[in-house]
Amino acid sequence: MAIKQISVFVENKPGRLADITGFLADGGISIRAFSIADTTDFGILRLIVSDTDKAAKVLKDHGVAVSITEVVGISIPDVTGAFAKVVKLLSDAGENVEYAYAFLTPEEGHAYVIFRVDNNEKACKHLKENGIDVIEENSLL
Amino acid sequence: MQNYFTPDIETASRDYLTAIQSARLIKMVENCYKHVPFYKQKFDEIGLLPGDIKSIADITKLPFTIKQDLRDNYPFGLFAVPKEKLVRVHASSGTTGKQTVVGYTKHDISIWSESAARALAAAGATQGDYIHISYGYGLFTGGLGLHYAAEKLGATAIPVSSGNTNRQMQILQDFGSDIICCTPSYAMYIGESLKAAGIDSAKLPLRAGIFGAEAWSENMRKEIEKSLNIKAYDIYGLSEIAGPGVAFECSEQKGMHINEDYFYPEIIDPDTLEVLPDGVFGELVFTCIGKEALPLVRYRTHDISALTHEKCGCGRTLVKMLKPKGRCDDMLIIRGVNVFPSQIEHVILSLGMEPNYQIVVDRKNNLDVMTVKIEMSDALFSDSVRVIEEQEKRIKDAMHATLGISAIIKLVEPRSLPRSEGKAVRVIDNRHI
Repeated sequence: MAIKQISVFVENKPGRLADITGFLADGGISIRAFSIADTTDFGILRLIVSDTDKAAKVLKDHGVAVSITEVVGISIPDVTGAFAKVVKLLSDAGENVEYAYAFLTPEEGHAYVIFRVDNNEKACKHLKENGIDVIEENSLL
Repeated sequence: MQNYFTPDIETASRDYLTAIQSARLIKMVENCYKHVPFYKQKFDEIGLLPGDIKSIADITKLPFTIKQDLRDNYPFGLFAVPKEKLVRVHASSGTTGKQTVVGYTKHDISIWSESAARALAAAGATQGDYIHISYGYGLFTGGLGLHYAAEKLGATAIPVSSGNTNRQMQILQDFGSDIICCTPSYAMYIGESLKAAGIDSAKLPLRAGIFGAEAWSENMRKEIEKSLNIKAYDIYGLSEIAGPGVAFECSEQKGMHINEDYFYPEIIDPDTLEVLPDGVFGELVFTCIGKEALPLVRYRTHDISALTHEKCGCGRTLVKMLKPKGRCDDMLIIRGVNVFPSQIEHVILSLGMEPNYQIVVDRKNNLDVMTVKIEMSDALFSDSVRVIEEQEKRIKDAMHATLGISAIIKLVEPRSLPRSEGKAVRVIDNRHI
């Protein structure tokens, strides 16, 4: 149900993002989705990749700090109000959204959204019960 | 008028000074032997009896004391008097969270105040002057040291303490401070703040400043003298020996006269421990021949300086020490506070992190800024910015609690800090003083 996400610590300095994505490319790892959170001094690159465990190994071998987290993925129709509805549902369930990012799907007229919430199981259940299409990891790969 | 506070001592003949020093050393060694078990044991180990010390020339027979001895006997183990005779304690930051504690009898406060009063007088302070003291008050010796000196001199102490620059500027204007005492970097900052506020320093009564507790250059002196429109004097001291006023600059501004009737100086080779002659740079060592509560014997300061007995244009005969060139250990002085890299390492280890760190010191807007770079580890890392920022804050708070000053914490990538074959490059000091 939950999707594995790999997060990478990136110092704010030129070329660093290129290095890290280069390590993944050299390791034959495909990036399905990503987002970057940035602060003054550092950024966190969050990725959903074709092989999370392999990506973690490749990056660790290059001395990069990584962590693997489980996140919730959903598919919503690309229409006005669809995203607002999901956020409202999570809010009603008392789930705090730490961060979220979206990307288009191969399926026409739909978008995928990734959420990081407090309780994945509870959030998924609540979303499903309300007719939201919660996606599995393999549908991203 | 050469502004002496105690002319009979400050211009005494060498023979007279030697006689005073000899008498005080003999008394001090007896006191140490009788009342400080640490010294009795050290003397016994080398078969030295108090009677073997007959004059100041015999000082080289005595063993050295180091900062670690103070830590090993924390807090009061080296005190030579019962607590009923103590009137004050001060402390400076130490490595593993332990501070270096020093104690004073009424007599000790009196001689320290007198020593620092000589410094104020040499800077032209007299009765009727307002002495604006912007050193911190508290366990640090700076604030109270100059405060008691001002009162000893009969001048008026304004205990402003450090910080709150707007209030500093207001008091400088409204009270008409005559002499200011603070760290040289803070003096620069006050100068800039006055300028930014559109206050013309030439219109202030302020005429001199006494600056110490951190290293400063001749260029900084020129800048301070220009921006505050004053004459800037250097002062030297350390809490183990007394506090500010161990040595002070006169109007010649060529070295600091040591109050050698109370604090006997030597310069040694830090490796061979041999005493070095005048003019040769080495480690500065003091013996507290005038003190009762903490009579340290040949205390190694780790400051690198040289002595000169050459005649001084101000008429004082007290020996001079040249501005310290640096230190022969890894201690950093940040905004007047002593910081050892080992303290920072201790904090990092105590938080369960790997000791992969680097300390970078810069001077920004004339204030020392310390950044501690720490390598990110899997244990410290999170996918949440909030969690990482909480970690940074936890480290920052722990540093502040141990060091007494704030540091910027910067998390860097694993393995990104330089490793060398031998000792890691722990400190990068960009201050170029």
